[in-house]
Amino acid sequence: MVPTSYYLILSAVLFGLGVLAFVFKRNIITVFMAIELMLNAVNLAFVAFSQALGKSDGEIFVLFVIVVAAAEAAVGLGIIILTARNRRSLNVERVDLLKL
Amino acid sequence: MTEFLSQYAFVIVPVVKIVLLVFIVLTVDAYLTWLERKVIAHIQARWGPYRVGPHGLLQPLADGAKFILKEDPTPDGVDKKVYFFAPFLTLMLALTSLAVIPFGPDIRIGSFTTNFGIADLNISLLVLFAITALSVYGIALAGWSSNNKYSLLGGLRSSAQMISYELSMTLSVVGVLLMAGSLSLKEIVQLQDNGNLGLLGWNIIGFSKDGAGFTQVIGCLCFFISAIAETNRVPFDLPEAESELVGGYHTEYASMKFAMFFIGEYTAMITVSCLSTILFFGGWLSPFPASWIWAHYLPSVILIPLGLWVIFDGIRYETILGRIVLPGLGTALVLIGVALAAFTRANELVQGPFWFFGKLFAVLFFYIWMRGTLPRFRYDQLMDFGWKFLLPVSIANVILTSAFILWRMHG
Amino acid sequence: MSFALLMFFVLAGLAVLGALALILQRHPIHSALSLILVMLSLAGLYLLMGAEFVAAVQIIVYGGAVMVLFVFVIMLLNAGEEERTNFSKLASVAGIPLALALAGVIAAAIARGSGHLPSATNGELTSTRELSKLLFSEFVYPFELTSFLILVAILGAIVLAQREQN
Repeated sequence: MVPTSYYLILSAVLFGLGVLAFVFKRNIITVFMAIELMLNAVNLAFVAFSQALGKSDGEIFVLFVIVVAAAEAAVGLGIIILTARNRRSLNVERVDLLKL
Repeated sequence: MTEFLSQYAFVIVPVVKIVLLVFIVLTVDAYLTWLERKVIAHIQARWGPYRVGPHGLLQPLADGAKFILKEDPTPDGVDKKVYFFAPFLTLMLALTSLAVIPFGPDIRIGSFTTNFGIADLNISLLVLFAITALSVYGIALAGWSSNNKYSLLGGLRSSAQMISYELSMTLSVVGVLLMAGSLSLKEIVQLQDNGNLGLLGWNIIGFSKDGAGFTQVIGCLCFFISAIAETNRVPFDLPEAESELVGGYHTEYASMKFAMFFIGEYTAMITVSCLSTILFFGGWLSPFPASWIWAHYLPSVILIPLGLWVIFDGIRYETILGRIVLPGLGTALVLIGVALAAFTRANELVQGPFWFFGKLFAVLFFYIWMRGTLPRFRYDQLMDFGWKFLLPVSIANVILTSAFILWRMHG
Repeated sequence: MSFALLMFFVLAGLAVLGALALILQRHPIHSALSLILVMLSLAGLYLLMGAEFVAAVQIIVYGGAVMVLFVFVIMLLNAGEEERTNFSKLASVAGIPLALALAGVIAAAIARGSGHLPSATNGELTSTRELSKLLFSEFVYPFELTSFLILVAILGAIVLAQREQN
């Protein structure tokens, strides 16, 4: 039997790696993929708790998170396409018009 | 020895089934290409492969030898990891999806009961759709990694087509799910087994014991059309048509890697045909009611005349090889037919798979027939058809089926 | 080492490997493929826990739709490899051990805090019927709202991706 804490530790590790990718990568699309990784880590924690406590509410919430992440990916990638067309680059450091 | 076997039976039995299934599927793939060439040829008033063995039966072997011996160049500038991964992914997904398909009822030999497929899951239908969803990657990555603008265009068009038709494919099956109440393919077939109704109990006609079954003709048509689009076959094969895009996503792939795409495409065709027989045509169930015992002898009744005809044709064949092989093949068929008629235990075991493979080949014949008859769609016509016609019709099918079931269940 | 524990370590190892590959790979398409590997191993973990419907939905929606969207955008925008940066030596010498130490502390805290929970792999499958009963009775309001959200997202994506009408 696998203790629940193993799943939670894995979820924390994946979330941390997602934060690392978000901070260190310079391609907009890779940064967006790091957001999806963080959402997946959270989903894992939800399902682990749902199975440990015996209620299915956690899994329903995971379904909603997946749907919202899909909608967010669609709109976010649309914005990324427009930004890439306007700034002619996919580098996050170039999208800095608001910088002082 | 028997204790060792029974202790590790849960590993040994699936491994044996996997080996058998892969062997059988690859052979069926190879001879499906032969059948396709013969049928299309006869539709076009010519003979097809005829020389390479008696009636061209060794043509798949010749094709296989060609694929193995041909030079396999890697174009300059490709992304090597992705270029080598894409055909492997396509073949792997196509073969994996056959693991959840039940080819017949449970096998019972003595005290040993096992499922007639490799895996019997609660969600086997969803697993099949998941694998179909993942197979988009094989094509998109193949097109992109080839460092060739025609491949990229073909790959993108083909992937867009596949994800568009995935939606109507999944929705057209919901009617069957509503009637069956389960996602497991084995249970869907078992719920079409309505006692003495035989053919009428299948989902395509939909009479069931409590009267709450709606005919799934619309669902079957939507599913079949979407499946043809999913497997990139005529009339939806613009992305890989030779006259349009040179070869689409597999332009830059030669011998062995192209063979992997080729086998993957035919295996996907077989999977989708298996799925449509299970969902709409009753899987391994016989079309005759269970009380007509004489129907159990149909395998023999078909095999014996077939074998005699092959012997008759082979005796007067042109080449010496044909005069040896064909009568041998015919005699084998006759002997199998006689053995089935004599031994009832073997006959019972063969009933399920016989009907399953019979229906499977009918559906595959229909696929090949469409290829020989219809012209191909233009790309924008194809996308229009998928989004503006098939998707609303699939949704209408869901609404109709659920309304009918609600009406019957609650008066 | 029971079979479940072995499968957990295999799948968890694959997931962490995929996440590391996401960070360390230079080309976005390789990062996307690594993320697909992470999602597939997470689907395996959901299956291990008995949440079979969520596992199937994860593969169909995340792996088969969202990541396809990412891969399309990378192909269309012709994203290239990232250039090498000057990663400061201090960061790699002092940073990596410190990060591992932090991870260890967090792991210990989680293990201590959730030790009393029953195991997540308890051999019970969550039936789809149970999930759908909940989804359409208690959670029907979020369900309908989500369908509206998807409609808005579709409209937004179409409007954003249109070319300028001059």
